[in-house]
Amino acid sequence: MKLMSRLLGAAAFAAFSVSSIPAFADGGTLVIASTQTPRHLNGAVQSGIATAIPSTQIFASPIRYDENWEPQPYLAKSWEISDDGLSVTLNLVDNATFHDGKPVTSEDVAFSIMTTKENHPFKSMFAPVESIETPDAHTAVIKLSKPHPALLLALSPALAPVLPKHVYGDGQDVKSHPANSAPVGSGPFILEEFAAGGDAVLKKNPNFFIDGRPMLDEIIIRIIKDESALLIALENGEADLYPFMAGSQAIRRMEKNERIGVTSEGYAGVGPVNWLAFNTNSPKLSDVRVRQAISYAVDRAFITKALHRGVSQPQRGPIIESSPFFDASIPSYDVDLDKAKALMADAGFAEGMDLTVDYIPGPKEQQQSLAEYMKSQLKKIGINVTVRAAPDFPTWAGRVGGHDFELSMDVVFNWGDPVIGVHRTYLSENIRKGVIWSNTQSYANDKVDDLLNAAAVEMDPAKRKALYGEFQQIVGAELPVYWINALPYHTAYDKKLQNVPTGIWGTMHPMDTVHWSE
Amino acid sequence: MNASYLMKRLGYGLLLMLGVVVLNFLLIRLAPGDPAVVIAGEMGGATEEMLESIREEYGLNKPVLTQLGIYVGNILQGNLGESFFFNQPVSKLIGERIFPTILLVLSALITAIVLGVFFGVLASRKPNGVLSAAVAVFSSIGYAVPVFWTGIMLIILFASVFPIFPVEGMMSVKLRDANIFIRSLDVLHHLVLPAFTLSVIYLAQYARLSRASMLEVLGSDYIRTARAKGASERTVLFKHALRNAALPILTVAGLQFGSLISGALLVETVFNWPGMGTLAFESILRRDYPTIMGVLLIASGIVVVANLLTDMSYRIADPRLRGES
Repeated sequence: MKLMSRLLGAAAFAAFSVSSIPAFADGGTLVIASTQTPRHLNGAVQSGIATAIPSTQIFASPIRYDENWEPQPYLAKSWEISDDGLSVTLNLVDNATFHDGKPVTSEDVAFSIMTTKENHPFKSMFAPVESIETPDAHTAVIKLSKPHPALLLALSPALAPVLPKHVYGDGQDVKSHPANSAPVGSGPFILEEFAAGGDAVLKKNPNFFIDGRPMLDEIIIRIIKDESALLIALENGEADLYPFMAGSQAIRRMEKNERIGVTSEGYAGVGPVNWLAFNTNSPKLSDVRVRQAISYAVDRAFITKALHRGVSQPQRGPIIESSPFFDASIPSYDVDLDKAKALMADAGFAEGMDLTVDYIPGPKEQQQSLAEYMKSQLKKIGINVTVRAAPDFPTWAGRVGGHDFELSMDVVFNWGDPVIGVHRTYLSENIRKGVIWSNTQSYANDKVDDLLNAAAVEMDPAKRKALYGEFQQIVGAELPVYWINALPYHTAYDKKLQNVPTGIWGTMHPMDTVHWSE
Repeated sequence: MNASYLMKRLGYGLLLMLGVVVLNFLLIRLAPGDPAVVIAGEMGGATEEMLESIREEYGLNKPVLTQLGIYVGNILQGNLGESFFFNQPVSKLIGERIFPTILLVLSALITAIVLGVFFGVLASRKPNGVLSAAVAVFSSIGYAVPVFWTGIMLIILFASVFPIFPVEGMMSVKLRDANIFIRSLDVLHHLVLPAFTLSVIYLAQYARLSRASMLEVLGSDYIRTARAKGASERTVLFKHALRNAALPILTVAGLQFGSLISGALLVETVFNWPGMGTLAFESILRRDYPTIMGVLLIASGIVVVANLLTDMSYRIADPRLRGES
């Protein structure tokens, strides 16, 4: 047994040695835990949370937004929009430098916007941008083919990182550029270390163009794929901040921890809508009355209150309810089984029908549980639902992208402005077989196309809201999608952390004001 | 050791690896899902033009046999290709992860052999005693329990209820700037739970195997002779008996290296250990063909080499086998 006691002793020594070392350096380290692995760190050619969190710390952008959806100066100290809406002038600060010491100029801004336009999956962000003039080193004039009310929001850090032209303009394909994994930006933090699939270590940028910022010395983005392990790491102090936490059990568990704060603020820009999509090309679902019947049979209140333990909010339409463009008068389809049965009978399906529901592999609570709930609920109106699980994302994406589905559960982000994240689902020109997150419902309505195209160029916010209001009424009645709930994203954080990012982009926003209280 | 025998075994090993490459290449492509759609999905969506350009870039629009020919040709030139997901050379990705996997596997193997043999030897002293029964029970449980379940239970017990060990990873991020000694201790600290988890199933096997081998050897004439000569019990057990009982253990240890590598895949996933197993698992989900192929190729190479080394060491340990081919 001597050997055993020696082994145990060595392990205990190791444990003691490690736990007795001071955890924080001066100025402070913030450890952000994430379950998502970034492909790389360049948000100009890659959408998504995993890239956006580090990318917005490394790269600055022309504009950033506050929690009231108001644009604020960032690399652009001011901006002017011409009366015809066809020209936007950005006046850049003159003291911004990239992490390699080279100055940030209007050439870099022009290069970045055109690069993003060509390579980012959200084509609508900069589609109207025709050219960018650079009359001097600190002025960039964006020339548009048509007015573009979403332009300022598209210039946010999460969507429009300013790239150094002297690095990315070397002729290599930007999507696979080696600098994507070792980026040089002008943001508050400098990338020090990043291994593919591993942690990203960011150090304070001592030459950041905003005086006194950033306040932290270091940010480490730690990838912990298993959420249970991640939560334990948060409870043990091995991690300090966990954004995009969506599981009700996890949220309630963190709320009970006195050392940890939990907030649902910071996700208005993302606008994550959990929905049931209908393949309107399916003979069973092409009749709007069947889609309406299903909508009347599904109880949003039960889903959000019981299945999600009250942490998620019902979502009645295509535009996230926290957006200024949401229309609260959209039909809500409160549960009514008699009405649902009558609609089924009117549509010629009084005897019922068989349907298959797919769901995107992900958090069970948002997808699989809801699909199984629908199976039991829709049985009440004569619909026999088969839940078709996909073993992984590629399988599901192949089915839905290939239009080989009847019903499908999915989460789709609004991305701040409807032009960026909403239009893609409902415009008939975006019915593209083989392309996931396009109009996979095959929904086509000329009036909807006209309204969305008009809203995309309407610079008057009130008129734009009215156009989106009409759009929501139509799709609310025709239901290419039944919107269920807003994904209950929350941020869990160490309560000693101050200025936790709660703006519209949450942690996909420069954390230059975040600091420790002690 | 016969040189021609060694060459022959190496030749078999290379043929085996070629078979692994061809079989895996074809099997992976039978799985549903288009890597271009996955890449587009990861990017947040794409147009048809972008999807086509992704397929063109990675050669996915070529016939499968053409792709296989290109891949085998590249491998023969030492090129494992580029990861679809990370856009980085697969050799670089594997290079970053091979050390953690080998560290985990060897730690588990050594733990399993040392503890397994130790308990097996103790149990063999009194075959009908309490300790022997306990070893038998523990062996059965250890052999039956899934490795991921053991891992999760250990995490709950020793990282949450009694937070003695870290819950995941290989190093504490906040100790990155510490000196090499502290960092080494930190790695050891992180290694305890995953290595023990991976070792449990093999520990049970070694305990049973060494107990059985020892019981057989302890009944031999030369053991009786050693005792008659007045050798101490420790000398009899560890010097005379264990040396002879160790041969089957050595063989099994070498042959089990392959299953240890596959067990590491699960353990690495449970403990977020940054090794090849985690990379393989995630690459399968992403349909990252070059990375999956690269990991399988290197893993099969490790297994071939481990088997060869076992064979060689067995021949060194047992002179009767040296003349055989």
